[in-house]
Amino acid sequence: MAEPYLSATDMRGGYGKADILNGCTLTVERGQIAVIVGPNGAGKSTAMKAVFGMLALREGKVALAGEDITRLTPQERVRKGMGFVPQTHNIFPTMTVEENLEMGAFIREDDYRDTMAQVYELFPAVADKRRQNAGELSGGQRQQVAVGRALMTRPSLLMLDEPTAGVSPIVMDELFDRIIEVARTGISILMVEQNARQALEIADIGYVLVQGANRYTDSGQALLADPEVRRTFLGG
Amino acid sequence: MDMLNALVAILNFVVIPAASYGAQLALGALGVTLIYGILRFSNFAHGDTMAFGAALVILITWGLQAIGIGLGPLPTALLALPFGIALTAVFILGTDRVVYRFYRSKRSAPIILVMASVGVMFIMNGLTRLIIGVDEIRFDDGARFLVSVQQFRAWTGLSEGLSLRVSQALTLVVTALACWALFRFLNRSRAGKAMRAYSDNEDLALLSGIDPERVVRLTWLIATALAVTAGTLYGLDKSFKVFNYFQILLPIFAAAIVGGLGNPLGAVAGGFIVAFSEVAVTYPWRKIATYLGFEPQGLLQLLSTEYKFAVSFVILIVVLLFRPTGLFRGKSV
Ligand SMILES: Nc1ncnc2c1ncn2[C@@H]1O[C@H](COP(=O)(O)OP(=O)(O)OP(=O)(O)O)[C@@H](O)[C@H]1O
Ligand SMILES: [Mg+2]
Repeated sequence: MAEPYLSATDMRGGYGKADILNGCTLTVERGQIAVIVGPNGAGKSTAMKAVFGMLALREGKVALAGEDITRLTPQERVRKGMGFVPQTHNIFPTMTVEENLEMGAFIREDDYRDTMAQVYELFPAVADKRRQNAGELSGGQRQQVAVGRALMTRPSLLMLDEPTAGVSPIVMDELFDRIIEVARTGISILMVEQNARQALEIADIGYVLVQGANRYTDSGQALLADPEVRRTFLGG
Repeated sequence: MDMLNALVAILNFVVIPAASYGAQLALGALGVTLIYGILRFSNFAHGDTMAFGAALVILITWGLQAIGIGLGPLPTALLALPFGIALTAVFILGTDRVVYRFYRSKRSAPIILVMASVGVMFIMNGLTRLIIGVDEIRFDDGARFLVSVQQFRAWTGLSEGLSLRVSQALTLVVTALACWALFRFLNRSRAGKAMRAYSDNEDLALLSGIDPERVVRLTWLIATALAVTAGTLYGLDKSFKVFNYFQILLPIFAAAIVGGLGNPLGAVAGGFIVAFSEVAVTYPWRKIATYLGFEPQGLLQLLSTEYKFAVSFVILIVVLLFRPTGLFRGKSV
């Protein structure tokens, strides 16, 4: 069998002396949706940062499409086809929606108007606000801008850290639909989600992370069906 | 008639001087605010960057005068300005290389960078004194007045005179052009947008592939160009004296903070707010009150000119107490 598109194996590391990640492994197949769930402080965001090169790993390896990228900087990983939407501070608040997308395409030398049109098509709500400062938008619209910005480089792997944080259930469903749409175009998705139940519904593979290590790994449906996972992490 | 005289007196003694002083502050404050927005510290060496640049401009002006090159009615310094900017920029980029970059790569706290800039300030101050001395220097050759008091009286027949010096008019025109160019650059060009993005959200700018060192270099360049321009205009307007540029730092910071640190538009507005407050508070209003039919006892001067810097202080304190992010919502100090 071919190697998974993204494979981050046995990651160990943290911000200071103590490790936050204690042997965390994440893989995503091409065009699939992988979801990370787990309690607050489990190290989900830290694992995302590690995959994206924003955290020096003490041990472990990150490979994209078979190529070892463990030593690359985040900017270099962007050029390799990774896009990242951080959990917080994921837009340029005093710049317009359009400028946010332009900055997303900063490294592109070619004409990116097509991509911008696609993003607006995906998120019609923000298309109407393209001349407005992103900081003035609602929480849900801001998340759409943030995802749109990351899509501007036409990534092959899109990493989302809690894209539905702070949005209403309706907007959340809508965002999930959009994410599925993105995955259908062949983009792999690695996503952290607080709304574990809904996220696992759409997940091809799910990871339950506890104290920086994989506690359960299975398909989304299997995790949802597992009574142990349900009792401990999904609230019944 | 007295109404008109009062109006002319206000224009002559308050509006014109405050506008040109405000423009000089605005240019200075723009530099401070850009550095704050991008490099995230208050650059105390900014006043001495103005002095250093103006000193170089004066030296080049003397050189140009010696070989007989001039601009006719305009001051020769205008011709020397681009060279002064270029030389100062080289020096400032040098200070970034040997001083600030080190702390930046260590991700030092802003206060450490501020202290480093105080060190740079002392060095630049000493250098400027070495290069050009401590005496007062006038270097405003060319025509002195665009409109002189006698001319104005002859034209209008009013008893009150009005003068517009070339240096004042020049200050306003150059400032308007500089602001226009700067805002166009920041809002339209790719590099300008990258600067704004970096100021908005440094980490996300990095993730988007914006090169921080390039943004930093560009910022120093622009801030230096603005500072040297401001320093030269200020020197043309009021004469050059190294110490004055140290003192002007306070109103410049007041202007940047009033407008909201990191916000360029705010810096421009702040410059004019501070200048108009300063001039209005230190101007003796007796003459104007008399024109308007009052018979005032004293000079009607709220504060003697020696204390003009107190105005900046008061503005600064009021803003920091009641609206720490400034009028135009910059970053909180
Ligand atoms: N920049 C940082 N410096 C030091 N420690 C950090 C930093 N960011 C996170 N931590 C610590 O690392 C641990 C894991 O944090 P992380 O943000 O990865 O958790 P998380 O699973 O994403 O939580 P949440 O669900 O609340 O987002 C926490 O104990 C946190 O205090
Ligand atoms: Mg998190």
